[in-house]
Amino acid sequence: MNRHLISAADLTREDALRVLDTADELARISDRPIKKLPTLRGRTVVNLFFEDSTRTRISFEAAAKRLSADVINFSAKGSSVGKGESLKDTALTLEAMGADAVVIRHSASGAPHRLAEWVRGSVINAGDGAHEHPTQALLDAFTIRRRFGRSSGGEPGAAAGGKPGGGLDGLRVTIVGDILHSRVARSNVLLLHRLGAEVLLVAPPTLLPVAVDAWPCSIGYDLDAALPKSDVVMMLRIQQERMNAAYFPSVREYSRRYGLDAARMAQLPERAIVMHPGPMNRGIEIAAGVADSPRSTVVEQVANGVSVRMAVLYLLLGGAEAGQ
Amino acid sequence: MSAANGSAGGDPVAGRGSWLIRGARPLGAGPADIAIRDGLVTAIGPGLAAEAGAGAQVIDAGGLIALPGLVDLHTHLREPGREDAETVETGTMAAALGGFTAVHAMANTDPVADTAGVVEQIWRLGRQAGYCDVQPVGAVTTGLGGKQLAELGAMASSPARVRVFSDDGRCVSDAVLMRRALEYVKAFDGVIAQHAQEPRLTDGAQMNEGEVSGRLGLAGWPAVAEEAVIARDSLLAAHVGSVLHICHVSTAGSVEIIRWAKSKGWQVTAEVTPHHLLLTDELVAGYDPVYKVNPPLRTAADAAALRQALADGTIDCVATDHAPHPLEDKETEWAAAAFGMTGLETALRVVQEAMVETGLLDWAGVADRMSARPAAIGRLAGHGQPLAAGSAASLVLYDPAARAVVDPATHASRSRNTPFAGMALPGRVVATFLRGRPTVLDGKLA
Repeated sequence: MNRHLISAADLTREDALRVLDTADELARISDRPIKKLPTLRGRTVVNLFFEDSTRTRISFEAAAKRLSADVINFSAKGSSVGKGESLKDTALTLEAMGADAVVIRHSASGAPHRLAEWVRGSVINAGDGAHEHPTQALLDAFTIRRRFGRSSGGEPGAAAGGKPGGGLDGLRVTIVGDILHSRVARSNVLLLHRLGAEVLLVAPPTLLPVAVDAWPCSIGYDLDAALPKSDVVMMLRIQQERMNAAYFPSVREYSRRYGLDAARMAQLPERAIVMHPGPMNRGIEIAAGVADSPRSTVVEQVANGVSVRMAVLYLLLGGAEAGQ
Repeated sequence: MSAANGSAGGDPVAGRGSWLIRGARPLGAGPADIAIRDGLVTAIGPGLAAEAGAGAQVIDAGGLIALPGLVDLHTHLREPGREDAETVETGTMAAALGGFTAVHAMANTDPVADTAGVVEQIWRLGRQAGYCDVQPVGAVTTGLGGKQLAELGAMASSPARVRVFSDDGRCVSDAVLMRRALEYVKAFDGVIAQHAQEPRLTDGAQMNEGEVSGRLGLAGWPAVAEEAVIARDSLLAAHVGSVLHICHVSTAGSVEIIRWAKSKGWQVTAEVTPHHLLLTDELVAGYDPVYKVNPPLRTAADAAALRQALADGTIDCVATDHAPHPLEDKETEWAAAAFGMTGLETALRVVQEAMVETGLLDWAGVADRMSARPAAIGRLAGHGQPLAAGSAASLVLYDPAARAVVDPATHASRSRNTPFAGMALPGRVVATFLRGRPTVLDGKLA
């Protein structure tokens, strides 16, 4: 694996499966009364968050702590250029503190690329602008694999020689919503495609990038046509302010055309699942009854996020060697 | 090259000396001597030692190409206001080292060059610096605000004799204001140089809108935002019978519209930057803001169309859009970084790489696109003259056989934001003369 995890494209299929298998194994830790491994003792993980994201931050924090790393939360909200310290100075500060890994969330696409030029530790992208959010894609892949019975099963030693888990070959994943501004969509298209899934993006044409046909997926505008052919439907959060920029006429119209309600859910094949990266707008892109249905994996995704982020930290920080 | 002092050399500062340039290749043609006296070319031809006189300083220019001094229609000198990025002095030093003898200083300084007082100040700073002529460009609207015409006539009548007006950095997007500006400058043979960018289509734009912007999650700057304004303004210029110049054309579609406007006989001219001829938006993939520029780097197909258009004359000239920025304005995340690239010191080399090495232009063509035509568009008397007896002795000696990696640390510009850093480019400016006085000798400031 690369030293950094900035884009899902940094992961080969083998890398991605290794992360997922490792996460299967680490997930068992979370079921124990004492949820802690000594693997990263003495290592420092910095959570550098330029954007509010309590969910992602606590997920990384829990992951690092369960591996016994020292965790520093650095909330640098608003400290972009003109309002305080520059990204470079923040990077040099972290460097001076001896960060072994920096988990960065930033509103600017590409901020992790810049950070990686200025620090020696591993850089993990926890979401940069409208670019990528690779650990979200990994936890989504992990969740799909579990629901479709393709995990390594989590037997002891599974990641290190036991029966490995499989890919997502042949599964049809439909991602619905604001693709244009979504880092979750970009990372998922790259990763799920690499793992063998057939990805379909469904959105109003205004919320698709202009050259999206170059992506390794297919494109549709009609959610009703897509649902009967979907094994997984992933609903993205819609930001109400997009309406003001004329991406769509009104939230109600968006919801009618692209929201997942009970009637639409009934069009899904029997085994299909419904995903959402959160936070959800209940009643807009996803109806409450759908979000709380047995098909919904929303809560599992959160739990799986910790396991997957543990696996990423473990593998990037050389935990494989340290733990043997 | 050697510069030997003659026994009776004149006053070099005032350009009163005599020079004999031996064996240069004017516009790439066969070797000839060039005799210079009192700021003028007195003769060009073989064996001019006698013509130059015994007191002439001699330059052995064997193998070097002689071109008329280059003229830049589009330079940001940053003074007054951002002297941390560039000053008139450092900017003109960079210009001389790039082979330029005249630059047009864009109006987006602080204060904006929108009054006779400011343009005159910039003009005087250029005269004091002395490395090349500085022709101020006046703002079209007060404070570049796009609301009210600046005092165009006062700037035209000032000692700075402003003829080119531009809100560059911003588009004159209001159609009525643009129409009035085009009409008004007819009274003093002015030209409006438009930064063609429809503002609503480019709100927050970060890079060319296309496959790369979609992948990188950066807000797109669509080609149509440039093309729509060029089409509108060409129609306006035709309607009022005035003169329009298009700054930094960057798309294949713009080329088609300009070709159409010219075919109608309308007075529309255009420039292209060296970076749009050579670089593409794929370079943005690492998010290094040294590649952040406005208009943005486009696709390889756009660059190919721009080269072709420069070769066939649809695009009249090369202009650098030299836009210096201090390190801290580029050493940031992409979205927070400033737009712009330096260009004066690499322009001729990039044009050789993109246009001459590819067979699209010969050296006479380069002289036309980088000297004669920009001087004509900018209404600059005394520049862009042919290399001939009687012309002002403003010229550049250039070694096309040299090849070196671009090292920004060696640049005279106060800023280092060149996208060509680390790139091997052909050519070397060996000497630059401004009205008979060397500003650069042996590749260094004279």
